[in-house]
Amino acid sequence: MPPHSPPTDRSTCLAVVPAYNEAATVGNVVTQLRHKAPQLDVVVIDDGSTDATAYIADRAGARVLKMPFNLGIGGAVQAGFKYADENGYDYMVQVDGDGQHDPGEISKLFSAIEDEGGADMICGSRFATATGYIAPISRRTGIHVFAFLLSRLLRQPVTDPTSGFRLYNRRAITLFAHDYPHDYPEVEAVLMLHHHRLTMREVSVRMFQRGGGTSSIGSGKSFYYMVKVLLALFVGLGRRRAVPRPGEPAAVAAEHGI
Amino acid sequence: MESRLQIVAIVGAVGLLLLVLELVRRRALMERYALLWLFSSVVILGLAVWTDLLNALARQMGIMSAPNALFFVAVAFILLLLLHFSAAMSRLSDQSKVLAQRQAILEHRLSETERRAEARELEATSERTGAVL
Repeated sequence: MPPHSPPTDRSTCLAVVPAYNEAATVGNVVTQLRHKAPQLDVVVIDDGSTDATAYIADRAGARVLKMPFNLGIGGAVQAGFKYADENGYDYMVQVDGDGQHDPGEISKLFSAIEDEGGADMICGSRFATATGYIAPISRRTGIHVFAFLLSRLLRQPVTDPTSGFRLYNRRAITLFAHDYPHDYPEVEAVLMLHHHRLTMREVSVRMFQRGGGTSSIGSGKSFYYMVKVLLALFVGLGRRRAVPRPGEPAAVAAEHGI
Repeated sequence: MESRLQIVAIVGAVGLLLLVLELVRRRALMERYALLWLFSSVVILGLAVWTDLLNALARQMGIMSAPNALFFVAVAFILLLLLHFSAAMSRLSDQSKVLAQRQAILEHRLSETERRAEARELEATSERTGAVL
């Protein structure tokens, strides 16, 4: 299959919903997914929740991968990539379990990946155009710093690098199944994609305020988040990589993530 | 502080800083664990370069010679790092315990399933041969 062929009736798509103690919202997310995007298989990654997340997701009709303990968002999402990779899915869409991503907007991501040229990853952005979403100020500063740096590094506008509402094609799935960042992975993943000569594009989407639970990034962790991601970005620039020529298949990291 | 000692301290701190960055680059060290190392080496480097601050710190703590204050800070960081690693190790051993338990339970479940499937197969074949006879 050529890398940019549009989703046909026969192509398979997986929705991955990482959830850590999201019992209040995950059921609704799964129901909405099955209702508004019925062509998707849904797998919920229960990241060692201590509440009824897994049970509720299962009752709502999702497949559930239960992590034996909390891996953090990076490890949980990578479990989704591995599942998609092993089961040969053509596309994977990542939707947060907290209900801030609208399953009704997934079609926008798919139509962007179908567009001429397409991309290996389509990222739902809150800021690509004014959508009325207002993130807390501590988050916003960080987002804009990362957006500025990534826009320079990629030489293309990146407005919302921390968004986890993303659609990946086969090549991106293979890459991230082998190697995905640990803590706060979204920003680094954009740079990794770029280093492996894969492409990303943003489309403007509507997002909701969180439905319940608490964000994985509390205000106390914001500082660690900033420093960690900045360190990863700058050190990442100096890494040697298996750099394929544009358009080559299987652009996968030489080193495996531990 | 004597300038020779200052040079040794600066070289040591810079060396540590570069080593940590190189290990992160090679993926031998995760960012999560590198940050405390980076912070320690930056603080020690800062104190070694900016001797006025080190002298002030020594006076405040009642330490007679400034180099001893530098050693004190370095030892404090070492203790902090050790505590950090003990905590990390505790988490890891707890996680490996959980993994081993899950693994054992799954293995048991798998062998039970296999045994039941085998028994069903055996039953089916004996029924068929019974029918033939």
